[in-house]
Amino acid sequence: MTEGPSQRHDNFDRERFLDLLGLMHRIRAFEEEAIAGQKEGLVLGAIHPSIGQEAVAAGVCGNLETADLMLSTHRGHGHTLAKGAEPLAMMRELFGRKDGTCGGKGGSMHIADFGVGMLGANGVVGANIPIATGAAHALKLQGSRQIVTCIFGDGAVNRGPFMEGLNWARIFDLPVLFVCEDNTFSATTRTREMTGGAGAAARAESLGIETAELDGNDVVAVDSAARAAIDAVRAGQGPRFLTCHTYRMTGHTSVDPGAYRPAQEVEDWRRNDPIVRLEAALQVAGIEDSRLSALHRSEAVGMAEIARTARDTGWPEAAGAFTDVQDVGDPSERAF
Amino acid sequence: MYRMWVTQARGRSEMTMSTYLEAGRRAVMEEMQRDASVWALGEDLGRGGVFGQYKGLQEMFGEGRIADTPISEACIMGAAVGAAMTGTRPIVEMRFSDFALCAVDELVNQAAKARFMFGGQMRVPLVVREPVGMWRSSAAQHSQSLESWYTHIPGLVVVAPATPADNLGLLKASIRCDDPVVYMEHKNLWATEGEVPEGDYVVPLGKADVAREGRDVTIVTWSGMRHGCLKAAETLADAGIEAEVLDLRTLWPWDRDTVFESVGRTGRLLVVHEAVAVSGFGAEIAASVAEALHFRLKAPVARLGAPRIPIAYAPTMEDMARVSPEGIEAAVHKMMQPEDIS
Repeated sequence: MTEGPSQRHDNFDRERFLDLLGLMHRIRAFEEEAIAGQKEGLVLGAIHPSIGQEAVAAGVCGNLETADLMLSTHRGHGHTLAKGAEPLAMMRELFGRKDGTCGGKGGSMHIADFGVGMLGANGVVGANIPIATGAAHALKLQGSRQIVTCIFGDGAVNRGPFMEGLNWARIFDLPVLFVCEDNTFSATTRTREMTGGAGAAARAESLGIETAELDGNDVVAVDSAARAAIDAVRAGQGPRFLTCHTYRMTGHTSVDPGAYRPAQEVEDWRRNDPIVRLEAALQVAGIEDSRLSALHRSEAVGMAEIARTARDTGWPEAAGAFTDVQDVGDPSERAF
Repeated sequence: MYRMWVTQARGRSEMTMSTYLEAGRRAVMEEMQRDASVWALGEDLGRGGVFGQYKGLQEMFGEGRIADTPISEACIMGAAVGAAMTGTRPIVEMRFSDFALCAVDELVNQAAKARFMFGGQMRVPLVVREPVGMWRSSAAQHSQSLESWYTHIPGLVVVAPATPADNLGLLKASIRCDDPVVYMEHKNLWATEGEVPEGDYVVPLGKADVAREGRDVTIVTWSGMRHGCLKAAETLADAGIEAEVLDLRTLWPWDRDTVFESVGRTGRLLVVHEAVAVSGFGAEIAASVAEALHFRLKAPVARLGAPRIPIAYAPTMEDMARVSPEGIEAAVHKMMQPEDIS
């Protein structure tokens, strides 16, 4: 628990970072339960874990208000939890059970919780960027003080909608924070080998968007950069862009062993685990080990209980397959 | 030219003459006046849009609500999805249905599915205007009729108006609809004139228009081909054949009741559309009628559409992709042969 670089931060708000540590534990515990659930056949489709990337979710979303909007990716459990979605409803969604976040219609890749401003994970890489841009466009038309945060991976920067969305956000000066969560891999290919030029931040800068590039495994750094960017966006200064460098500790999906990653590289990043680093920082700041381990244990125990409850939940009614499609030409009225 | 059906349908309403283009512009203007959450986005809208569909509207409603955008089809459509999820009702201008293919993910994977995937937490009330169809010498990337692609996608409503009055009433209904609507105006009809009602005129989605009544054969059509079918019906009437012409107006959902009632009466169905016949929406109608009414048919169901060729530039070759009134007449004459002729 004390491995990894220890840090000393000025003005370190210990209670705030204890909260963020709890959130990071919750995200990890959720995904560990989900991976275990997949092995048991409880999770029915593909899941894309974000283990090792929790500092981005916690550091960014920890600075958002509930009314703010956020869009995520296929690797979105962490972002969704950090935005305030209920873990039990999410676990039920992964298990395809009733009372899941989306009633069992979406699964892991299509979780949305509009009640907490989470406008959806997305199964298509980069597709959330224009949607987030449009949500921000609507907020600007409405004169709202809400902002939109759009989190995507490093693979998304090679899709056209990335350029289209960033350009749009700049020319309309929209209240949107773009966060490139650079976990080093595009599915199973190293992004660096597939990306011309200097990458995400350089592309954003070329479109006139102010960027910051940071250590995405340091939640203190992410928190501070996200707060500054969000303040600027909320103040009407137009879009901002953060690149958070991190590392995916699992394969692309939970069933991908990730054998294409050098063992030493994986080991180096394991020592750089964002949870371990924050715990070390809190220890340096005087938080007792017992409090840290109690926090970990409480999240793990709570999540195990959530997984048990989700497992005991029934299936959604089959007739739901015909609802929520459309009002005009509603298939539940006449399926043709 | 449309007086007969207009007076049939409208009864007391005061009429005024309008082009198809102006009727669409009026629909947008009236809905923007009626509902402050309606706005439009697309390329060149500030200058009125590529065909003048938005002329003068930016002066009326400002740059915020008539938004000029970059040539970024994916982002135009995607932004509309996000804006529709955030309490507004965007009208998306795609310029040509051909260009909307740059935004198919945003329409098909995002707009059409979001409500369902997210368990009904919200709706995506947007209208995407995608002008379709052949006009002279616009070649393979500015002439297509791709309506059948969208009828295949659960979640979408597909509308294809053929007259000025319908372009007014259906566009207003589409803007008020809470579902994503693919709204396909025909480019060759922009200058077409006809009577349109005054006042708040809304045409319900999913209802066909009986463009002409007849006892012998039912011709089901939509969009630009409505006019070719009516022309053919006049010539057929001279030969003693009374064709009933049904303009579907909405392709999803399509008005099965009206089509089945008519074919049940005439015993003959010809479907006519400008799109490629193979996998065209006519196939769906033909199959549905064959399934439901087989034993009441006096002749096999028939379809007319374009051959499966890209649309050429030179008129000689371009015309090979057109369904002509003469072709429609010939198809009907063939269906009127005695049943035992084989």
